[in-house]
Amino acid sequence: MNMGKIVTIIIALAVAIGGAIWWQMNQVDPEDAKLAGAEACFIYVGPVGDFGWSYQHDQGRLAVEKELGVKTAYLESVPEGADAERAIERMARSGCKIIFTTSFGYMDATNKIAAKFPDVKFEHATGYKRDHANVSTYSSKFYEGRYIQGVIAARISKTGVAGYIASFPIPEVVRGINAFILGAQSEDPDFKLKVVWVNTWFDPGKESDAAKTLIDQGVDVITQHTDSTAAMQVAAERGVHAFGQASDMIEFGKETQLTAIIDDWAPYYVERTKAVMDGSWGQIDVWHGMDHGNVVMAPYTNMPDDVAALAKATEAKITSGEFTPFTGPVIKQDGSEWLKWNEVSDIGTLLGMNFYVEGVDDKLPN
Amino acid sequence: MRLELEKRAESSASFALISPFLALGLTLFAGSIMFSLLGHNPIRAMYIYFIEPLSETWSLHELAIKAAPLILIATGLSLCFRSSNWNIGAEGQFTMGAVAGSIIPVLMPEQNGLWVLPMMLLCGIVGGALWGSIPALLKNRFGANEILTSLMLVYVAGLFLDWIVRGPWRNPGGYNFPETRGFSAGQILPEILDSGRAHYGALFALLGVIIAWFVLARTIKGFEIQVVGEAPRAARFAGFDTKKTTLYVFLVCGGFAGLAGICEVSGAIQQLRPVISPGYGFTAIIVAFLGRLNPLGIFAAGIILALSYLGGEAAQISLGVSNKIGNVFQGLLLFFVLACDTLIHYRLKLVPTRDGAGIAQEATHGAD
Repeated sequence: MNMGKIVTIIIALAVAIGGAIWWQMNQVDPEDAKLAGAEACFIYVGPVGDFGWSYQHDQGRLAVEKELGVKTAYLESVPEGADAERAIERMARSGCKIIFTTSFGYMDATNKIAAKFPDVKFEHATGYKRDHANVSTYSSKFYEGRYIQGVIAARISKTGVAGYIASFPIPEVVRGINAFILGAQSEDPDFKLKVVWVNTWFDPGKESDAAKTLIDQGVDVITQHTDSTAAMQVAAERGVHAFGQASDMIEFGKETQLTAIIDDWAPYYVERTKAVMDGSWGQIDVWHGMDHGNVVMAPYTNMPDDVAALAKATEAKITSGEFTPFTGPVIKQDGSEWLKWNEVSDIGTLLGMNFYVEGVDDKLPN
Repeated sequence: MRLELEKRAESSASFALISPFLALGLTLFAGSIMFSLLGHNPIRAMYIYFIEPLSETWSLHELAIKAAPLILIATGLSLCFRSSNWNIGAEGQFTMGAVAGSIIPVLMPEQNGLWVLPMMLLCGIVGGALWGSIPALLKNRFGANEILTSLMLVYVAGLFLDWIVRGPWRNPGGYNFPETRGFSAGQILPEILDSGRAHYGALFALLGVIIAWFVLARTIKGFEIQVVGEAPRAARFAGFDTKKTTLYVFLVCGGFAGLAGICEVSGAIQQLRPVISPGYGFTAIIVAFLGRLNPLGIFAAGIILALSYLGGEAAQISLGVSNKIGNVFQGLLLFFVLACDTLIHYRLKLVPTRDGAGIAQEATHGAD
């Protein structure tokens, strides 16, 4: 048989099968093809498998399914911008009753779509815009965990210098850096902190380079505000200590991880989804921390018992509300006074934080 | 027996016609197998991919929003590629167009007159064109490789945008978050119809396609671009100035990308942010080649690619599959389209292999 015939037959077959599928497709009932009744929907900025930010939100989604028996749906790796608006609108049109948009960059898109769908409830993480009655915002006080990390670092470090792998100079990140150094100074007033900005939330290559640079500069405890486990692995190779971020990363540094700040969104997601189901949902703006179980510390490992006991005591004080990390006296990096003795910072300053406190060995990028 | 590709003396007109349908058939076929293996009803999956996004008005608007920047940039790129100027920096030209176009809304937020929008669009075009002219000038003056320079300038543009939204242009009322103030009503590219979000950017894309098609098919300039690309020596004999052509195509391409940039920012995002593009400038390279560097083909290719994004999202929600499945499916589509296009210029041929001794001999030589 010659080639031309074979090619013709293959083409005829492909077109015939394709045509048959196409014809069948047009017989599908549009309503049937739509969503099979998902009620709580989630939009993530990263892949669910990043073992960091988006992964933790997805754990919250799974908790909603498990505890309430509610069907859920999600979209992962949705870029911020025009794509987010489309993704959110698709969910609203698919019958979702409550939509969690889990990245700061979704703020305007969330509010725009909320205006069009007044019966759907929207929950935006880490934002501050609530333009419509059906939009709530929520975030967690991760800086509480940072303070505890600082306390531990000051006791564990032999060089008296810790390293901080930072993502973007936004208030959330700057707050974490300041809380860390304040915690460290509570144990060692001369403690120093070096910061490396990697300008990404997730880039294992950049994060591991940053970790190596910090270790070469004499840092022996590393903490990070980025999502990958790369820094933990570098720290393990080089024999220094590190803190996990967003998830418990003990698997990547069994002898390395001191503790980790775990973002636990499950209690909030379950509570809010339940509120939609029983009709009690109302607009709120919450900023919960350890007191509500939203910020959880992984087990204190690889440290002497007295340090672990100190960390636990600090955690207990923060959880009970007896102590908050931003309590005076605090001096800013430029030498001016920020908080007087026993003065507690107001929320506005925390939300817009754009300055370092004393002891940070870095210039804040502007 | 083995298969060989043999170049056709002339490209096959019938395959040029059949190829897209053949590719679609094969994609549907392979996609059905993939979804069956994943345990989904393949017909329903294909429906969700290809028909559902086209079945509702709002979704058609979204399709236009997603396709417009791809088409506009790819059309500009086709002029570059036709003249063998390998501009892969459209992403940077897109970014600089967006930045230049945002000068008025950011620095003069109270300006809302009728002149504002046209001025913003003009600034966007000029900004993109100027950024595009840099690799052209470097190539003309120093013989610098435009692939490298245009690509490097993408990162420069990206970092410049990053710096400007975190620094000088940061929204004073935005809690220090890296974004400019929102554009006011007169600075936002309006929606074409009341039924959805599609803005005038979609119309500009259509206009760009028509203009580029006209230039390429009907004008001396278009002929010049193609001759310079395909036969530079002949172009010189014909008295065409290669350097001028290079500058011209880079300016036009940069202008198109810049226009796409300011349309995206003014129409869809309505403020400047550190990231304004999910890689439109790079995806447009695929669109340009998928459309065979022909503006009309690019129009179709842009819509198909946009559809595959929308379909991928629909599948994620309705079928609960990972977005990686969407990427694989997109890959399948591109693969079949390009593979089938091969048949336009080549024919498949079965070649009888030589006898066993020949193969053995070849194998020993190979081992040396």
